[in-house]
Amino acid sequence: MPRLARLIALAFAVGLSLAPRPADARPLEAALAKFAADSFGETEAAIAATAASGDARAATIIAALQEGRLLFDPESRKVFIKEGARLVDAATGAAIGAPPAPLKPVRLNNRLRRAAEAALGGLTLLARDPGKRLEAAQAVFRSRDAGALDALDAAIARETEPRVKRALEEARAAVRLYTRGASAQEKLAAVAVIRGRGDQDALALLAGLPPDTPDVVKAAAADAIASIKGTLALWAALQNAWYGLSLGSVLLLAAIGLAITFGVMGVINMAHGEMVMLGAYTTFVVQEAIRTHNPALFDYALMIAVPLAFLVAGLVGVLIERGIIRFLYGRPLETLLATWGLSLILQQAVRTAFGPTNREVGAPSWMSGAFELGQLTITYNRLWIVCFGLSVFAALLAMLRFTRLGLEMRAVTQNRAMAASMGIRTGRIDALTFGLGSGIAGIAGVALSQIDNVSPNLGQGYIIDSFMVVVFGGVGNLWGTLVGALTLGVANKFLEPFAGAVLGKIAILVLIILFIQKRPRGLFALKGRAVEA
Amino acid sequence: MSNVIDRGVTRRTASRWIAGASLAVALGAAAPATAQDTIKVGILHSLSGTMAISETTLKDVMLMLIDEQNKKGGLLGKKLEPVVVDPASNWPLFAEKARELIAKDKVAVVFGCWTSVSRKSVLPVFKELNSILFYPVQYEGEESERNVFYTGAAPNQQAIPAVDYLMKEEKVQRWVLAGTDYVYPRTTNKILEAYLKSKGVKDEDIMINYTPFGHSDWQTIVADIKKFGSAGKKTAVVSTINGDANVPFYKELGNQGVKATEIPVVAFSVGEEELAGIDTKPLVGHLAAWNYFQSVDTPENAAFIKKWRAFIGNDKRVTNDPMEAHYIGFTMWVKAVEKAGTTDPDKVIDALPGIEAPNLTGGIAKMLPNHHITKPVLIGEVREDGQFDVVWKTEGLVPGDAWSDYLEGSKELEADWVTLKCGNYNTRLKKCGGPSTQ
Repeated sequence: MPRLARLIALAFAVGLSLAPRPADARPLEAALAKFAADSFGETEAAIAATAASGDARAATIIAALQEGRLLFDPESRKVFIKEGARLVDAATGAAIGAPPAPLKPVRLNNRLRRAAEAALGGLTLLARDPGKRLEAAQAVFRSRDAGALDALDAAIARETEPRVKRALEEARAAVRLYTRGASAQEKLAAVAVIRGRGDQDALALLAGLPPDTPDVVKAAAADAIASIKGTLALWAALQNAWYGLSLGSVLLLAAIGLAITFGVMGVINMAHGEMVMLGAYTTFVVQEAIRTHNPALFDYALMIAVPLAFLVAGLVGVLIERGIIRFLYGRPLETLLATWGLSLILQQAVRTAFGPTNREVGAPSWMSGAFELGQLTITYNRLWIVCFGLSVFAALLAMLRFTRLGLEMRAVTQNRAMAASMGIRTGRIDALTFGLGSGIAGIAGVALSQIDNVSPNLGQGYIIDSFMVVVFGGVGNLWGTLVGALTLGVANKFLEPFAGAVLGKIAILVLIILFIQKRPRGLFALKGRAVEA
Repeated sequence: MSNVIDRGVTRRTASRWIAGASLAVALGAAAPATAQDTIKVGILHSLSGTMAISETTLKDVMLMLIDEQNKKGGLLGKKLEPVVVDPASNWPLFAEKARELIAKDKVAVVFGCWTSVSRKSVLPVFKELNSILFYPVQYEGEESERNVFYTGAAPNQQAIPAVDYLMKEEKVQRWVLAGTDYVYPRTTNKILEAYLKSKGVKDEDIMINYTPFGHSDWQTIVADIKKFGSAGKKTAVVSTINGDANVPFYKELGNQGVKATEIPVVAFSVGEEELAGIDTKPLVGHLAAWNYFQSVDTPENAAFIKKWRAFIGNDKRVTNDPMEAHYIGFTMWVKAVEKAGTTDPDKVIDALPGIEAPNLTGGIAKMLPNHHITKPVLIGEVREDGQFDVVWKTEGLVPGDAWSDYLEGSKELEADWVTLKCGNYNTRLKKCGGPSTQ
């Protein structure tokens, strides 16, 4: 480590001592002028020239280019870097007061992005920050730029962090496999290193070897491909199970509110999806308010939205129950039509209030991106939704079991007359139960805003699935809803690779219809007197 | 569902068609007797239901164009009067509402439809009642009707140039054709598959995938795309995914880290309006092929955007390709009516081919005898702000081709309503009436 630090310090010292002298800065300035030409071809040449200039500022300039912070003045052909609110001269790093003229950003296309990534990879292999070095190694792995070979050798010799060292060795192996000069011996060693990596990128690399590769190497590569494919197939099954679990948790979230209103109360509520939609729009409103008033809180917006969504949707639920549904108990067909009409009214009301276009609900930083677990890719948003779905389920179960309101709810749904004569105000409990179911649908909306469109139609996509889950799991049983949702999710995901998304969905529907023929009351049928009620 | 409805729309026999047309002509000639002081313009776009997200904007842009024309003094000395109906994203209702517009409201022209299913559903009504429809959306081609003017792109004005761009600039060798399961993606993918094979792409290098409308769980498909892309050849996704399903698709791409530099996605149905609902940072570099982008820097476009934002009262509203198509279509219709001196459908239909109107990207669009128009083709890359950066553009304008040259049966057909008076003239059999196999 101290040796590395010394080297970096030396490099910096050399860079600093060179920069002020104009004679030595000339290759960089010639390269920079090309950025101002506003043509993709010239920019590509400029990236190569900047990287080759050996100047200490090269990495800063290319990083700025990648992030769209490299600006140019079309008049004077000078190039600047935007650093926050500050503007600095790209060649010298000196701060500039006001821009001389309106500046334009240097434009990029995908080819240039790749070139910039490769160039930056070559330049930052020796960076101080191990994260940067890792990124650089991965960039070289992708670009397979033969020019980086010497830098890689030097970097590997110095590297102390095992994770980064492995990435560097993989990058070197990738470069060697694609250079003519490397001997068969070196290439065989490289195949072994890549085989050790064992992921899809490794597969892509080995499958696309250049045609002039020696036969021994080709054979070794074919062998490695077969072995990697075998392992990946196992991982794919695991990955599928995870996808199923995550789809299942989405279904659970969407259906759990319905399990209360339909399952426990027996109300066919076609406006259930709209409660989900209201929850999603509440999230949008909360996020907008935070964005305009206190952007620092942005990452907590979802947590603030959860109770608010519960209140908004719950309140609407109570109003619906008191205003419409209580007059229709025992008349399922009329309830169905009334709530369906209500769902259309709610949709159109939201469309009028918020406009017909989708609303953007941003993802907080802790819900963006993915991490790798072995060869599994797990996206953070799905992970959080699985956790969230299960905790909502647990909280609801606890509430029904341990609180007074829960006790009263169970009493009223099991035997209304008896509950009433015990002094429970059944009307109030009906309203609160319906409000609870709707509120939970609202909470589901907060989660779904992360993976689906926030549009007036959001709820429609989930209403059928929700009924399917509740009916399949067994009406009146929360555990049935949990098992039903997870079963349907996993079954759907295992069918999808074979049957495709469209046929997979049809197959699931047919299977449920057949299942209901066999067990009309679903997976977990209620037994005893409650059934007759 | 869409396919079921399409099957109902079959070609009518020529004799019945001509009889209907001549009857309508007779009625049309009688109509001016009941002189009105306005010319009615029908607007047939869904204002509720799944398609409202895209179509409401088109209704607004039509109201703006009509308003503007009225401020210029109207047309033929009369004011234009918009008649707005809401077919509610319900395909059979489109036909009903079209009939209402033409027969009851007596509109001179209709601007409307978005999905191909809705267009197919109104076709028989427009033929029977002999009226004019301007259709503003890119579509799958394989159609040319006397009563319809297609101001959106045909496949050769969008899909084929986009694939060419990927082949030449990105050196793509492996293709995922992903689409929503209905007539537009299926036909476009059929054309693209035939085109790719004609360019020497092998079967195993093409993966085709369809998903239902409003699909929201893209985990498996994105993982499949990643897997397909790990065969050592440069891979790209050609997306004909339509409507709402795009948002979760792009979110999943971003989350699973599919970067544009590795596997670019080129979309034919994703424009500025659709991106408005997504955080575009992870999507920078993914592509879209259109004939117009809001970011195109021309004086005409700047003026149009300014007018639009003033009209709608929101300085953040975006503009998109179908809006430009309505702008061109409306200008062409106005010019044709002025040239014909009447709004009589037959005279206007005859006057339209050859009419030129400026497009917003700095060229002149021309109505062709096959009722399609000439357009520039632009390839744009998604920027961080949800706009597109034009990275490639065709030299000059591309004339729209109604019948694809890459499909068996379709390649021998030609549409020409000026000299041949036929929408599906068979050049091999030298007669009007579609492919020889039928």
